[in-house]
This record gives sequence, C-alpha cells and structure tokens, in this order.
Amino acid sequence: MAIEVRIPTILRTYTGGAKAVEGSGATLDELLLNLDAAHGGLRERLVDGEKLRRFVNVYLNDEDVRFLGGLETPVKDGDTVTVLPAVAGGSL
Amino acid sequence: MLTISRALHEKILEHARKDHPDEACGVIAGPVGSDQPVRFIPMQNAERSPTFYRFDSLEQLRVWRDMDDNDEEAVVIYHSHTATQAYPSRTDISYASEPQAHYVLVSTRDESETEFRSYRIVDGEVTEEPVTVTE
Repeated sequence: MAIEVRIPTILRTYTGGAKAVEGSGATLDELLLNLDAAHGGLRERLVDGEKLRRFVNVYLNDEDVRFLGGLETPVKDGDTVTVLPAVAGGSL
Repeated sequence: MLTISRALHEKILEHARKDHPDEACGVIAGPVGSDQPVRFIPMQNAERSPTFYRFDSLEQLRVWRDMDDNDEEAVVIYHSHTATQAYPSRTDISYASEPQAHYVLVSTRDESETEFRSYRIVDGEVTEEPVTVTE
C-alpha cells in the first residue's frame, strides 16, 4: 500500500531533501507513525500529543483533514497527503 | 535585499489600506530561485481580525499547488499591522516557515503614511533588508 506524502520545504531536513515520500497505514495517524520510522522526528513536527498541531495544514487529496477525521482520517493506497505549514501571524 | 516593481509595491499598499482595520495578507509568486516577485496573489485573511491573520487552508492549498505547477515559489509573503509598527511580532516570527521568502510588513496605523518594510525570517532570526522599488 503506497500513499504519497508531499513535504514542505522546511520539513525536508527529515526526508533527506525529498519533496515527497511514501508510506502506509489505514489512518493518517498510522501513516505518520509509519513515516516517522523512516524519517525520525517528522511526526513530532505535525502532532502534538494526541492531536495535529494547530498551525500545520494536512490535506488528504483536496480536503483539509480537520474537516474529515483529523488523525483518525482513513487513508488508502493511491491517496496523496500534502503538508503545508500554515501562513499566519499578527501584531502580537 | 528585496527588489520589487512600483506596481507590485503599490498593490500591497492598496490591499493593506483597503482591508484596514483588519490585517491584509498575501503572496507574490516568482520563478523558483529567481528571487523576483512577479505574480500578485492577495489572500483572504481567514481570521478577519485587526490583530491576526491566517491564510484559509484550502485557498493556500490551491495557491501552493498552482505555484508548484508553474515552477514558482512564494518570493514575498506580506501582511499588514493596523495599529502597530511594521516589524515582525513574536507570532510572525514563530509561524514564518518559508525560508526563501521576503516577509513584507506594512503598517496602516498612520492614515497619512503607510510603512513598508521587508525582512528575512529564518530559523527564528529576523533580519531587516533594504527595499529597492524599480520603475
């Protein structure tokens, strides 16, 4: 089972510079654990305790996983997961 | 150093003034590695707030995918401060995650003059840079 995971520039230090890596799992959570085995430290940039970090956007194909099931979102062979750090800030 | 055309410089200022008192935000894309801002992409501030901004996540996905398809990257990421100075705040610094981008800050706190300044923010370090506006 191969799921493509597209990695933003700032996280490519965990993937040896690769823009995309492959992993497997039945849910996003399993997929991230699977990726972390090959790319140690990557999962912690995306997950804080039991939840996805607030200012990282994770998409399953064209949808934001916040509106699907978060870490419990089911994933399958042929899906593409995209990670983009949120662009945000403010005056404080 | 940020080199930017007068037309694009004006577009950023206009966007900031139009959205005041909410913070305005957006991107200027350019060819990967060129360091040249070319394509102006104003973004929705999903927070619609006078003190915070955030790109809508699905709009960001579309824009980032388009840039990827066009071999572009975010050369400028801009936003405005509406009551404080045009300097990166603690949150601006902690969320800055495009190391190649010029972070442009505009302040609309003064009606008669809109401040425009540019910074590199890499690994939590802020460095102000000069801005050259070309005709």
